[in-house]
Amino acid sequence: MLDALIQGILLGGYYAILAAGLSLMFGVVRFINLAHGDLAILGAYLVLFGVEILGLSPLAAVLAMLPVMALAGWIMQRLLFARALGSGVLLPLLVTFGLGAVLQNTMFGLFGSDTRSLGNHIGSLSWSSWQMPFGISLGKLPVITFAVAVAALVALQLMLSFTKIGRAIRATSSDPEAAELSGVNARKVHRAAAAIAVALAGLAGAFLAMRALINPYAGPTQLIFAFEAVVIGGIGSLWGTLAGGIVLGVAQSLGSTFSAQWFQLAGHLVFLGVLGARLYAAHAHHHGGWRAALKLPRTVQPRAVEEDLP
Amino acid sequence: MTILEVENLVARHGLLTAVRNVSFSVARGEVLGIVGANGAGKTTLFRTICGIHPATTGTIRLEGSDISAYPPYRRVAAGLAMAPEGRRLFSDMTVTDNLKVAGENGRKGFWKIDTVLDALPALKPLMKAIAGGLSGGQRQAVAIGRALMSNPSVLLLDEVSLGLSPIAVVGLYNSLAVLKENGETTMILVEQDLDRAMAFSDRIICLLEGAVALHGKPGELGKHAITDAYFGLGKQVATRA
Repeated sequence: MLDALIQGILLGGYYAILAAGLSLMFGVVRFINLAHGDLAILGAYLVLFGVEILGLSPLAAVLAMLPVMALAGWIMQRLLFARALGSGVLLPLLVTFGLGAVLQNTMFGLFGSDTRSLGNHIGSLSWSSWQMPFGISLGKLPVITFAVAVAALVALQLMLSFTKIGRAIRATSSDPEAAELSGVNARKVHRAAAAIAVALAGLAGAFLAMRALINPYAGPTQLIFAFEAVVIGGIGSLWGTLAGGIVLGVAQSLGSTFSAQWFQLAGHLVFLGVLGARLYAAHAHHHGGWRAALKLPRTVQPRAVEEDLP
Repeated sequence: MTILEVENLVARHGLLTAVRNVSFSVARGEVLGIVGANGAGKTTLFRTICGIHPATTGTIRLEGSDISAYPPYRRVAAGLAMAPEGRRLFSDMTVTDNLKVAGENGRKGFWKIDTVLDALPALKPLMKAIAGGLSGGQRQAVAIGRALMSNPSVLLLDEVSLGLSPIAVVGLYNSLAVLKENGETTMILVEQDLDRAMAFSDRIICLLEGAVALHGKPGELGKHAITDAYFGLGKQVATRA
């Protein structure tokens, strides 16, 4: 059980990388990208292309893939996403759903339908582990994935907190109109956010291809995991995605101890449980708080409406 | 010397014309007060000048340059800044970061964090505070400080005293008086409080149903004429600029 818990936490690192981009796009651009999982798979295929066709080392291929994906994100935001924004809720969903279909079929056309993996290109890293006390083994790849996730989130946090573009991203996320009135070019900020988000998706895809088999149609499943991690951790929260990823990873890992089929099901059930609890809490709050929801007598007066006084 | 010229500006909300052929100009260092009842088009006029709301027709010139087609951030770069209605602070960010955003993305010039704090000393103890937790008066001071940080040649202040306590309003106008004495920053302010607007402004424009109903110096117009124009009583348009 302890071993499953630790494996779940480490798996959460992968989900955090995958979900961080989705969360950033929603938090800053207010845009739900249904092609996020497909972009992760595209990143994986680009790394495979770098390794198998160009003869790069896996690390060099990953490092080369990141700016390519960032550029793709920038261009997609410039030419596609920005045009769908402001046209209601449905259009961005349809546009990114269509983009996902295009990406899947393009990858199918270019790389075929065979399952592929980076596992055989990274030597013993894909299977070797460190033996810990109590019979626990820590896989080197999951530990590296988790460390990269934390490093990526720390780097993002530092960028958001201490740089000009970071402050502009936070300002645009908070109030795009007020940001423009402060001289921020919100469109450029959106492109920067999309570039970061798509690069993160590509990074997640590279780690996925190192630990599992991928095919051109594996994106939607990854999108579901990313959504679940974002929703569990809190939409738009950077560190929440790590927490959400860990909760999802632990749920899946513990579920798999019962049966292999429970790996995914346990994660989905936890996601539904968290979502249901949130909806219940929101409903209860709307109708007088959790005390009212549980039919308990109200002992505390409702807080007065905050006055706009100094 | 004229710094901002607005000519025949028209702005609509769907079928409703919120701003009707509004024209005025402001000289460097002048304070122009815009008054009018709720729904008179004051905020839409400001939002149109800043580029947040699209103008249907009309021209806006800042320091001789036509900025009518500029997006909002380019108008800021050209020298226009607004402290919007409702303050619109970046509520999850500190006061320092709120100021830095405008400082980093606006024009460079006299206004930096130090000089803003000299003009708005109430901000000094609040620099590390999260903007969302501030009181109304504090938020308004941050909004004005943030607008100053972009070093505007024209500062638009929308609903300056709305929702503030009388003490906060006095403190705020004391700070604005410092800016006025400085003479470098041209101010256009929307103010619901007629007495305040008349006392602080060099000229007054009264809007009625989106159009200029009265325009002139407060001392020459008198409060009765402004009040009549404010509520649409009597003769609708009288200009004594």
